[in-house]
Amino acid sequence: MKRLWAMVQARLLEVVRDRSALAWNLLFAPLLVVGMAVVFSGNTPPVFKVGVLGDAPLTARTHAFFGTEATQFHREANQQEAVIKLQRQRIDLLLDASSQPLRYWINTDSEKSRLLQSILKNSDAGAQVQPVSGASTRYADWLVPGLLGLNIMFSSLFAIGHVIVRYRKSGYLKRLNGTPLRAVEFISAQLIACLLLIVGIAAGMYVATDLFLHLRMEGSYLNLLLVAALGSMSMIAMSLLVSARISSEELSGGLLNLLSWPMVVLSGVFFSLDGAPAIVQAAAQAFPLTHMLEAARAVMLDGASLADIAQPLLALVAMTAVFLAIGAGFFRWSQD
Amino acid sequence: MPAILSARELRKHYPGVKAVDGVSLDVQEGQCLGLLGPNGAGKSTTVEMLEGLVRPTSGEILFRGQPIGSEYRERIGIQFQYTALQDFLTVRENLKFFASLYKKTLPLQQLIEACSLEEYLDRDHRKLSGGQRQRMLLAIALVNDPDIVFLDEPTTGLDPQARRNFWELVQGIKARGKTVVLTTHYMEEAYLLCDDIAIMDHGHVIARGSPQQLLADNFNDSVLELPAAEIDGREPEGLALVRRADRVEIMSADVNGTVQTLLSAGLSLAQLKIRPRTLEDLFLQLTGTELRA
Repeated sequence: MKRLWAMVQARLLEVVRDRSALAWNLLFAPLLVVGMAVVFSGNTPPVFKVGVLGDAPLTARTHAFFGTEATQFHREANQQEAVIKLQRQRIDLLLDASSQPLRYWINTDSEKSRLLQSILKNSDAGAQVQPVSGASTRYADWLVPGLLGLNIMFSSLFAIGHVIVRYRKSGYLKRLNGTPLRAVEFISAQLIACLLLIVGIAAGMYVATDLFLHLRMEGSYLNLLLVAALGSMSMIAMSLLVSARISSEELSGGLLNLLSWPMVVLSGVFFSLDGAPAIVQAAAQAFPLTHMLEAARAVMLDGASLADIAQPLLALVAMTAVFLAIGAGFFRWSQD
Repeated sequence: MPAILSARELRKHYPGVKAVDGVSLDVQEGQCLGLLGPNGAGKSTTVEMLEGLVRPTSGEILFRGQPIGSEYRERIGIQFQYTALQDFLTVRENLKFFASLYKKTLPLQQLIEACSLEEYLDRDHRKLSGGQRQRMLLAIALVNDPDIVFLDEPTTGLDPQARRNFWELVQGIKARGKTVVLTTHYMEEAYLLCDDIAIMDHGHVIARGSPQQLLADNFNDSVLELPAAEIDGREPEGLALVRRADRVEIMSADVNGTVQTLLSAGLSLAQLKIRPRTLEDLFLQLTGTELRA
């Protein structure tokens, strides 16, 4: 018992005296609370999502349908893009609030869409329906890229960041510094090794999942591989930046958690961000995972070409370049 | 003969600490320079500056008369006291890995034979004994056939046999004309391996010379040792006595006279030891500090 207590005491002293890790631990809890409060600040998630074209106020006074319970109404700026969302079941119904009589679109393959149509007909028998065709997107087809992306994110962030911090702490980096190896060579080597492993594993996971679920693939596998590689590269670079100087595994773990959890929640891994508050959508643009998932789903579900996904790909390349440049500049071989 | 490595007025200051404060050294090619000093004397910082790993606050370091640059690392080999390596790699893989970092390398077989690594070449380096590990690390330090080999307390923690084996390897390196810079806490090691010694304390070099010259310059006496129990309460007058735990040391330039004095005082000399002065005595005299491993 005496030994046990002595060990507990020693460990607590270590935690308290590791000021960087302690500061992180004290900071993480309130940050997590604030993050969850922002994300889940609304009421119960809506059952139905309805896109609305036009400027008419979305109140029951404008149209009785806008008073439907458990339904989220949000503006859609572009009819063509909104129709594609309906086809992919990212929204359940689309209507043009400025039209007279009321025009609306449903996806005949969606049960939710058909149910909403019957509700709408009750309040406005004269509304004109425009059914859209096109296969519905299974949730699995939508979710699997998210889960693979999540795996790539965790592998990229934690596999490399922790290793470099451990190398620094153990003195291995100091030993390498005694050789002609340059920081940029070391960092690039770590990036390449990680990239090969992570993308290789992700590709294997995709193939295995495809065997069971027969995933929808409208685009090119090569494009998807490129998306995975650029996405992984940007997150490895982000991890290299985090681990460029620090020597505490606790601190690096904390910082990597700080980066990863907002991405898990805000990058659209499990649910579409359509209809999320504008500030959340804007914040999501800061995360590489958001761009990777956007591009991956566009390739898999919409058959997007490289030109179609140029914007998210460029965002990933730019993030990689910035993270690597700062990481290499800040890189420190030894602890002191 | 021009020095292969020269340090001029090296200083390394951290906030509130002058770790190294104006060290100048010349290291002659083919010689072994030993840096001795108590913990915190500044020898590790000095060596790390000489290795090019730590940037001096001021001063300069010249290799063959030129300021050290990126090419310098091709010409030196380093063995730290605690060198971590990548996990899960065998001895052979580590040698190959480090060899791949240099432009010019020694044939691996030559290194393996020189450092007696044959028996455990394919063993995970984490499963080596202390002596085996140090031999592997020495092989890594020699992989690029360096002009200067830095050895930072390479035998700390080794058993006496492993230490002696390691000394033989270092003597072999010296015999091939390599320059060695050695830090150590073992005076026997410094005496055996070093041609030149610099004793450091508080960031300065406080004594410099060959081991023999340093002893000759500082001492003209011998040490007579008796068990403390033998002499307690019967200390003869006129002798310089120093108590060391369970023994008493008597410094004397006239050994015959001192033995006579002890006999006259009625002391038994059955356990009397007479020894010459050592580097450790010099160190104690200069720094007032015990050398600690």
